[in-house]
Amino acid sequence: MNQQFLNSFREALEIEAEDDLNATDKFRDLEAWDSLARLSLIAMLDDEYAVEIEEDAFEKLDTVEDIFNYVQENRT
Amino acid sequence: MALLQYSGVKISALAGAVPANCITNYDYTANFPAKDVKDIVDRTGIKERRFAPAGMTASDLCFAAAEKLLVDNNIKREEIDVLLFVSQTPDYRMPATSVVLQNRLGLSKQTAAFDINLGCSAFIYALSAAYAYATQPNIRKVLVLDGETRSRVYHPKDRSTAFLFGDAGVAALIEKDPRVGTSYFSLNSDGSRAELIKIDAGGYRNPSTADTLKEKVIDEHGNIRTDEHGHMNGPDVFNFVLREIPKDLKRLQAFANKELSELDYYLFHQANDFMNSYLAKKLKLAPEKTPSSIAKFGNTSSVSIPITMVDQLQGQLSGSKNLLLCGFGVGMSWASAIIPTLDCKISELVELELRNDAL
Repeated sequence: MNQQFLNSFREALEIEAEDDLNATDKFRDLEAWDSLARLSLIAMLDDEYAVEIEEDAFEKLDTVEDIFNYVQENRT
Repeated sequence: MALLQYSGVKISALAGAVPANCITNYDYTANFPAKDVKDIVDRTGIKERRFAPAGMTASDLCFAAAEKLLVDNNIKREEIDVLLFVSQTPDYRMPATSVVLQNRLGLSKQTAAFDINLGCSAFIYALSAAYAYATQPNIRKVLVLDGETRSRVYHPKDRSTAFLFGDAGVAALIEKDPRVGTSYFSLNSDGSRAELIKIDAGGYRNPSTADTLKEKVIDEHGNIRTDEHGHMNGPDVFNFVLREIPKDLKRLQAFANKELSELDYYLFHQANDFMNSYLAKKLKLAPEKTPSSIAKFGNTSSVSIPITMVDQLQGQLSGSKNLLLCGFGVGMSWASAIIPTLDCKISELVELELRNDAL
């Protein structure tokens, strides 16, 4: 997974610079994760990757890397 | 493809009413911790909402707005030949609220009156119908009354919807004016996404029973509602808006042969500030041409576009202006329009108190 995605993810969720964020983190366990973070993520994915993840697909994703992989597979 | 155009028709006057009863969202903490409430309010930008007290309906708000409009503009009631009432919170299941309002407003028995049942797209749908009627030679004036008591649709213990919705009503007068150019409309529907925003029970598919009125925990977060309250899949609504709205505006611009940048104001359905701001940024719209009333009234469904005009464009629609209107939501149903205005008179907002003599 590339650093740029991790940075964008961090920015979308407003995760402080000193807090760790790893590709293998389960994003729903992050303190910054809530329903509003989900909306920020939708905006980030639209803005930077032009990718949409509907809820049915999103529910199957677990880690930050899962989101990255989904984006890679579905970029047009 | 539902692309429509009408020439020589305009919104000549507009008035709005909200309940005087004002809810401060930061203090709406009876069911959730204050910190969570603050996070939600900060992100949605919805600072205040108006809640109709028990006994006040959407049609009461529309009636107050209509009286204000008729009196302020010296409109002869006998000249109103069509009355459209737009709402998903009508007074009764039958008769149609529009017919009740025909009598209450003292309109002629030769008035055509019917209801339109749509949500956040409905004002634009109703305008397209009003414009069609107004072009008829025997139709003098069309009155569109659009009201919602959306505060009652959602459960205060369901955090996905508890902080968003409010109540309001408007009256818009539509009539011919040969000096006005062409208005363009694009109307759309996608029933495959009906589940995204829905009240499951209380209609005729799933009739009201003791069970449908029971409070239930509906998810792992402990949110509570009954089957007769609305629910909303916020993320997929946002996905839907980002997918469909830019496409629709592209279609509309091509149809109208106009660029958004040429227009004077962009009036969007007021969903929440996060979504509206992102959409405006994505569409590269100038913030000073994109009025918002989300902080004061929240999401009032179909009323949000015209109540934003009443609240934010007071005195701004004298002379000739071009507006973009764009609404999207429950259905899913979405609509956009580019309409020219000419001296559209906007009355002062009415703040309605509950009166015992209300119908």
